[in-house]
This record gives sequence, C-alpha cells and structure tokens, in this order.
Amino acid sequence: MKLWITILAAAVLSLAAGTSAFAARTDLVIGIPLEPPHLDPTAGAAAAIDEVLYANVFEGLTRIGPNGEVLPDLAESWTISDDGKVYTFKLHTGVKFHDGTDFDAADVKFSLDRARADNSVNAQKVLFAAIDTVDVVDPATVKVTLKNPQGSFLYNMGWGDAVIVAPESADTNKEKPIGTGPFKFQSWAKGSSITLVKSDNYWGTPASLDKAEFRIVPDAAAYVPALLSGDIQAFPFFDADSVAQVKDDPRFKVVIGATEGETILSINNKKPPFDKLQVRQAISYALDRKAIIDGASAGLGQPIGSHMSPANKDYVDLTGRYPHDVAKAKELLKEAGLENGFKATLKLPPPTYARLGGEIIASQLRDVGIDLEIIPVEWAQWLDQVFTKKDYDLTIVSHTEPNDIDIYSRKDYYFNYDNPAFDKVIADLGVTSDEAKRKELLGQAQKILADDAVVGFLYELPKIGVWDANLQGLWENAPIQANDLTKVKWSE
Amino acid sequence: MTAYLLKRLAIAIATLVLASMVVFAVLEILPGDPARLMLGMNASADQVELLRNQMGLNAPLAWRYLHWTGGLLSLDFGRSYTYSVPVIDLVRERLAVSLPLALIALALSTLIAIPVGLFSASRRGRAGDTISMGAAQLGVAVPNFWFALMLIYVFAVWLRLVPAGGFPGWSAGVWPALKSLLLPALALALPQAAILARVTRSALIEVLNEDYIRTARAKGLPYRAVLWRHALRNAMIPVLTILGLQFAFLLAGTIIIENVFYLPGLGRLVFQAITQRDLIVVESVVMLLVAAVIAVNLLVDLSYAVVDPRLRSRQ
Repeated sequence: MKLWITILAAAVLSLAAGTSAFAARTDLVIGIPLEPPHLDPTAGAAAAIDEVLYANVFEGLTRIGPNGEVLPDLAESWTISDDGKVYTFKLHTGVKFHDGTDFDAADVKFSLDRARADNSVNAQKVLFAAIDTVDVVDPATVKVTLKNPQGSFLYNMGWGDAVIVAPESADTNKEKPIGTGPFKFQSWAKGSSITLVKSDNYWGTPASLDKAEFRIVPDAAAYVPALLSGDIQAFPFFDADSVAQVKDDPRFKVVIGATEGETILSINNKKPPFDKLQVRQAISYALDRKAIIDGASAGLGQPIGSHMSPANKDYVDLTGRYPHDVAKAKELLKEAGLENGFKATLKLPPPTYARLGGEIIASQLRDVGIDLEIIPVEWAQWLDQVFTKKDYDLTIVSHTEPNDIDIYSRKDYYFNYDNPAFDKVIADLGVTSDEAKRKELLGQAQKILADDAVVGFLYELPKIGVWDANLQGLWENAPIQANDLTKVKWSE
Repeated sequence: MTAYLLKRLAIAIATLVLASMVVFAVLEILPGDPARLMLGMNASADQVELLRNQMGLNAPLAWRYLHWTGGLLSLDFGRSYTYSVPVIDLVRERLAVSLPLALIALALSTLIAIPVGLFSASRRGRAGDTISMGAAQLGVAVPNFWFALMLIYVFAVWLRLVPAGGFPGWSAGVWPALKSLLLPALALALPQAAILARVTRSALIEVLNEDYIRTARAKGLPYRAVLWRHALRNAMIPVLTILGLQFAFLLAGTIIIENVFYLPGLGRLVFQAITQRDLIVVESVVMLLVAAVIAVNLLVDLSYAVVDPRLRSRQ
C-alpha cells in the first residue's frame, strides 16, 4: 500500500516538469465520437467523414449554411432557365486545390460525372439522378442540364457527397484529401486524431484558426474529464446524460440546437396487425412523448408530429394530432378486433436514444395491451435484418438525413408504406421550385404521414454542443452533420 | 528438450488452424453486410451489390477462406475494407500503443504485487497482512474503469500533470507519448497487481510450510534469506502462470481502458472492426492474437524450467 503511494508520488514529481502551458489561441482540439473510415466525402455514408472535412477541406458548388440555407460556395452565382431544367453556374476564379493545381469548370464536370457514373459508389447517388448532362462553357462557367426540373437541386449540390474534387487527386482522397477549402489536411494518426491546418492560398476569407485537431473520443464517459483538463476544447456533439456535469460551469458554453434527426418508432406497415390503420393510430395515442424525451434524451429534444424538423421553415406542428390518451388507444385496438392486445417485437440499435427510449416505449405500449419483446441489435445487424430484409415489427431510429420526407414514397423502403396520394405529393414536389408551392406541398406531405400514423413520431434529436466559453463561431444547429470551422475563433 | 519443443510446436500449429476455421465461420454467420454499412441507408440495392463485387465479397466461401489463409501463410494479412490499407499497417500502428502499454502495466503490476505478497506472507495473520490483503481484495473488486476515472480526475483534471486521454504518437517524442500511457497503465496495473499479490502470498505461505524451510531455519539461516532465496523462488511457478495470462489479457483485453482514455490500441481496432463488419481486420487480428497468446504460453512453460531446475532435468 505504502509502496504504491510512493510510486505515485514519484510519478507526480517527475511529471510536474513536463507539463505544458495553455494552448495558443489559434489552436483548437475538437472531440468527435466516431473515427471516419476514410477521408473522401464522395465515397461513403459515414457522418464522421463530413464532420471533419465538410466546408473545411472540401467545397461544393453550393453549400449548406448554419441554419440549413443554401449559400453560394465555389459557384459565385447561378441562373436557372425558365423551364427549370438548365442551371448555369458562374464559378470563382483564382481558386486552387491544396496540391497547387487550378480549379475550373472541368473539375466540376469531372466531379459530377464521377458521382453519377454507373460504377460510382457514391452513397447519395440519388442526389445526382436528375442530371442529364454537365457541360463546360468556359473555364469559369459550367452548365448543368436536368432531365426534369428538380426543386431541391441547389440544395443537393450543397451535400458533402457533392463536393468538387480534382481528377489528379480523386483516387487518393481517402487517405490524403485534396480540396479547395480554407483548411488543408495535415495528418491522420489512425484511431487517434486528424489534423487540419490553415491553407495559405485560400480564395475566400481565410480562417482564423491556424490548426484544428479532431480527436476521436468514442466513450461519452471521457468527454467531461477531457473538457475539464483542457485537453479538448469543444465537443460539438455532446452526450445528453453528461450535460448536467458541465452546464453550470462558467468555463463552458452548453448550446442546445436542432438537428435533422427525426427520431421515430418505425412500424412495419405491411405486417399484420400493423397493416391496420387503427393499430398504428392506437400506438401513436399510447406514446407519451414527454416521458420518452425525459428518459431517453435527458429532457432535451423537441417533440414532432410528422417527419420534419421543427427548425425547418416548412415545418407544420402536428404534435397535437395524437395526444397521449390510453383510453382512446384501447378503444382503437378494440375496433381493430384486438381488445385483448397482442405481442410484437421491438428491435433496438445501439444509440442511447433507442436503447433507453425502447424501454420506455415498451412500458407505454404495455399499458394499452401491446406486449413488446425487446431485441437489442448492432448497427450491422439492424441494417441487415430491419433495413434490408424488413424482418421486424417495430424499431427505433433517428433519420438524420436532411429534408428526407421523400423516403416514405420510396418503393421497397423498410417502412413498407404505400400510399399513392403521398407519392403524388412527393412527385409534384420533385418538379416544383416555387418556394410557396413547395411549402404547401411539404405541409400536405406531413399531414398525410400523421393521418396515416405511418410510424410513431417521437422527437427531433437535439444537437448538444459544449465548448470553451471563449470559443466563437461553432454551429448551434446541425442542418447537416458537419463541423464548419471557417468562422471559428477565440475571443480576447 | 527438443522433443518437448517439437510437441509444443505441433500443438501450436493445430490450434492456429482450428482457430482460423472458427474465426472465419463465426464471422460468416454474423449478420450484417459491410458494403451496406459503408453506403448507409440512402444507397440503392444495386449500389450495394456493386460495392460487394468491388470488395470481393461475392466470391465463394471456400475460395475466400483459402485466399485468406494462403495470404496469412505468406504473411499477407489482407486489406481493411473500411480503411482500405493493409491490415498489417493498422496492427503495427496499434501495437505501438498496446505493446508499451501492456509492458508498462505488467512491470507496474509486478513491482507492486511481489513486494506486497512477500510482506503479507511474512507477516501472516498480523495487522500488516490484514490491511494489505484487504486493499488487494478491494483492488480485485473495483472495476478498472472506475480506477481510471478517479486517476483522471486527480492527475489530469485536478493536478493537470498528464493528459486526460489520447495518444500523441511516438513521433511527438518519447516523453509525451509515455506520459499519456502512464495513467492507463496504472489503471490496468492496479487490479492485476491485486490479483498477483494474493497469488504470491498464498504460494509463499504454502512454500513456507514445507519441511525444507524449517530445515533451513533450523540450520540457522536468517528468516529474510530463507524468504528470498528458498521460498520466493519456489513460489514463482503459480506467479509466472498468472503473469502470462495477464500479459495476454493486457495485449488485447484492454478495450474498456482504451475507451476511457481514448487510446488507439489493438482492443479498439478489433472492437471497431467488428461493429463496422471489417471482417478481414477482425479475422487477421484475432489470428495474430491467437498466435501471440500461444507464444506467451510457450514462453511461460519455458520459464518454469528456468526457475525450477528439476523440470529441466526431467526433459
């Protein structure tokens, strides 16, 4: 006993000498939970890729701003033909890739053609489906012709999967990403951290930070000590359960924003008895969203009534459509001929919202006579059994893609939902670019989903950011999964 | 000795072949498609199929097994699906963390455990013994991640002597790298030391009851000399066995500590590869670990012969 105290004391003394002072004010260490599998945003669905590279290293024709708005990026302006099919982009000139090669219209054509090619493994290939041809008019002008008008085309071009890459470096971006952004890639210590440094010849407003390190911290238990010790100065995606430990500490800022993650109780709409509208509605009445948010997300997160973020400009509040009403739920089950209740399974992927939320939902559904067997699954299993093979009754998952209400109209999607009226609204939406009309159509779409009680709409996943109180410019909301550092700086 | 070694070698090879079959079969049965996992929920079935072809996942099972084991024989461990770099490079990077960590932890654990065990055994039943064995009991019972968190709060948050976690890499210098391994090594070492101290104590007590100890004492050797020269050496066999087991555990079973300190070690590589269905990484790393465990066991067996000359002559 005495011995190890002596050893510790010796360690303390010898370490004291090697302690460094505070980091310089142009340095930033950001904690991220998952390591990207590789560093090419055009070749994978993992959100962690965009969380490091989007807007920092890679840029697109357009980009998504902090509140989900479409902003010009490499394209300084554009014109749209009257029939909505031809987009002519005017590009910034004098732009260079980090390896010194010039950026021009040919790179745009290369990137878009590469993403939509037959052998492309771009994870969001659907974004490029409407493109018919891409033509280089001159080095600073590119013309994109669509097969049909597409209301969301400019937004689509702002995704991380649509960033512009150079033919010289496209094949090696996975290991050594070369983009046009204000930061360039410096190093990747696998399993540990990825370091970006300021690019000297950036075409736009240069970044304030000289160096940004993304450190991979997989365990939420390590977040608080890392902040308190000053090792890491920002966690843009913090853990809900640990918020209480830092929220009253003046050294840190806790910022609760919105994501595009609609957290839902997915229902297999073709599997009896869930094919009956009354049964799905009964489930919606049986859910007490407040209790779920309190239990699964530490009380953070806004309830939703359909598949749309409350932060979205086209959001319609439908949370009152199915108030928590056990009697009504039982009555609907009786109408469906299931007054004695029934048994079903609930498959839960690993995130906390699913595992904790699942237990609460199981107890709420038990109150109306639905007896759920909880089956925890890994992500790989979930994608295989639930998402691909549709072998499930109920599951909980957060759909984090932005503006993804169209998934309910996809053929063969895992909800097994099929409503021609809804499909028509989405088809109309696809060819409408008028803002007012889009708003109306999106409103209709939300209402149809709520009326059909396609799934149990729970809440919008919150974006919980915790960072040093002197740090400015990190995003409050997460309209896309990104850590845009272009405007981040230290105060003082 | 040669016959003994040859026999051990044959057993080791048979174990490796069997392990390769089990590992391959288990990962094949495991549900989950690496291609779908990489492309996410928005990709079409055709695209997933395309990627599966590119990754060589659609080849027949037997061919893939032979291809993999054939590669292993020529020391080619394949390429990671997710990282698309050779598996051996990943392992080398991770071993740069895991191996020093395991060695430091093992050294700390031995340095703590043997003196404590000696102290306890020589003071059997007295206050000192009760206290140190009580502490050891606590060390066995308290989970190492809790130790880890307490160490972080004291040494990283409060005293700010070492980083709370992370690994700067050996390229950042020996001292910064070592510094980041100290707390995790200590957190790993304490519970191991507790076990080892108890084993040392009971082995010593058993030996101290032997007739030859009484004889040694009777012929006038001082107690201290008997303890060090006669008792400790004879008590080493169970201690070495435990040490061997602990080293194998420390090499790959440290995933919890690696997570708490966010260290890029071997345990986390395997864990991450399993969740991402990076099958080739799991398969190859597990095989390497099997080989390492077999090698350590062999070393332990040989070390018995070093501490106990009787075992040497018997062969």
